[in-house]
Amino acid sequence: MSEQLAVPLTGWGESVPIGLPRLVLFRIGTMCLVELQKLRHDRTELITRAIQPALWLLVFGETFTRLRAIPTGNVPYLDYLAPGILAQSALFIAIFYGIQIIWERDAGVLTKLMVTPTPRIALVTGKAFAASVRALVQALVVLVLAALLGVGLTDNPFKLLAMAAAVILGSSFFCCLSITIAGLVLTHDRLMGIGQAITMPLFFGSSALYPVNLMPGWLQAFNHINPLGYEVDALRGLLIGVPAELGLDFGVLILASAVMIIIASALLGRLAR
Amino acid sequence: MTAPLAVRGTAIRHRFGDTVAVDGVDLNVPAGMVFGLLGPNGAGKTTTLRMITTLLPAPIGSIEVFGVDVARHKLAVRRLLGYVPQQLSADGALTGRQNVALFARLFDVPRARRRHVVDLSLESVGLTDVADRTAGTYSGGMIRRLELAQALVNAPRLLVLDEPTIGLDPIGRASVWDHIGEVRASTGMTVLVTTHYMDEADQHCDRIALMHRGRICALGTPAELKAGVGPDTTLDDVFRAATGDRLASDAGERMRNVRATRRTAHRLG
Ligand SMILES: Nc1ncnc2c1ncn2[C@@H]1O[C@H](COP(=O)(O)OP(=O)(O)OP(=O)(O)O)[C@@H](O)[C@H]1O
Ligand SMILES: [Mg+2]
Repeated sequence: MSEQLAVPLTGWGESVPIGLPRLVLFRIGTMCLVELQKLRHDRTELITRAIQPALWLLVFGETFTRLRAIPTGNVPYLDYLAPGILAQSALFIAIFYGIQIIWERDAGVLTKLMVTPTPRIALVTGKAFAASVRALVQALVVLVLAALLGVGLTDNPFKLLAMAAAVILGSSFFCCLSITIAGLVLTHDRLMGIGQAITMPLFFGSSALYPVNLMPGWLQAFNHINPLGYEVDALRGLLIGVPAELGLDFGVLILASAVMIIIASALLGRLAR
Repeated sequence: MTAPLAVRGTAIRHRFGDTVAVDGVDLNVPAGMVFGLLGPNGAGKTTTLRMITTLLPAPIGSIEVFGVDVARHKLAVRRLLGYVPQQLSADGALTGRQNVALFARLFDVPRARRRHVVDLSLESVGLTDVADRTAGTYSGGMIRRLELAQALVNAPRLLVLDEPTIGLDPIGRASVWDHIGEVRASTGMTVLVTTHYMDEADQHCDRIALMHRGRICALGTPAELKAGVGPDTTLDDVFRAATGDRLASDAGERMRNVRATRRTAHRLG
């Protein structure tokens, strides 16, 4: 067996000199693959996590549709709500990834990955990808349920693709936001507290549940700097065809997630200290 | 001495808040050796290894691995390393094979050889039969062997092991060392290892540094160290002589460090 293990003294790594951009792409691919492998091992969780958004649609949506308490113009409230719930479920999944990365740090797994020739940005992007995949699975569940409840959704494949892109961008942003906070507070308990403290304002400070013009002025101002607001706007425009500033929405989402990925990568190293 | 150095650490220092964990250490590990870093709990061994493996910054002093500066060329240094941390750690959500394959990918083992290399690595640590079970179902000893397979899959030039045999039964301990010996015989890999088992250190290390309170207080071959204390001595005696008289004063701190170690030594899936 020792003779089979005879390998060049230099190791294989050194025999493949590749530039940094290609290295980053390779590593991102590897980390995404690994996240898919992990997701395959907990398929049931993928589904059970869709129960909460389903309940929001069924209970909250059906009730408020009947109450007609929230004026949404000529759009039925359930139709108005469905894209908001989609964005919400993606947010709740993504925020969880900061906690997951602290678990992986505590389990020593992250530390070991950090001693491999893997740029931090690839580790972070792998997590953003995993959050996106989960969010898309949930999006599918929410959309099917919404369609069953009679929500008038688009059947334009391009709009559906654009919707997926918005979900991916939103999930990446909030996943990286969560990892950033993890890199700042470093412990599980503190992150749990902060995670809960920020998800609620993010959610209620967006147009997920009600139109912006119903909000008090200061909340409207917050909605303007809240990426969730732009995600909801894009999803609503694409899915149920209400007027939306898609260019602005996507511009903000792309910029915000790019910046967040970089900040999260810069702070990731703190977790290993 | 012109022998090439696997690690050249010059006046390295690290502090956590008020605790000076490593306090001006010069550490030269000649290439091709098994170099043991010994010392009581809290001596600063793990901290030293974490600086060498690029996990902790070394703001004071400098570290080179095979001549590559650790502060400036982190990625290049990591390519040369295999690392098994003190804490048992394998991704419990992945199978054993996926855990090893991940490291093969991260070290750019060419795709054509990857499957073969991964199979060989698993076989060499005796995990072939359980390779497709998730690592979360492995025992502590199995995880240790899996970690060794991960660390060796890229044929590292420097293998850094932080208490590799902690929690292993005697047969497991022997097989870890056998395996390291086999890889060394075929690749000439350098090994930097910490352990609390003096018999292991005596038997397997070519050279030993004894650390105490962040400093190196004795350095030499096991034979030299033993001869320095007296005739018919063991490494245990060397350990006691180098650190023993100061033990009583910081017994409290030692206990705390043991507890911290226990806490991190448990298995996480
Ligand atoms: N992350 C940390 N934060 C604060 N203090 C730390 C940290 N890690 C280590 N220390 C302190 O630094 C000192 C050296 O710790 P280190 O883990 O390097 O010791 P060690 O020689 O590896 O001990 P052991 O044999 O118990 O593993 C100890 O006093 C420890 O309490
Ligand atoms: Mg230690």
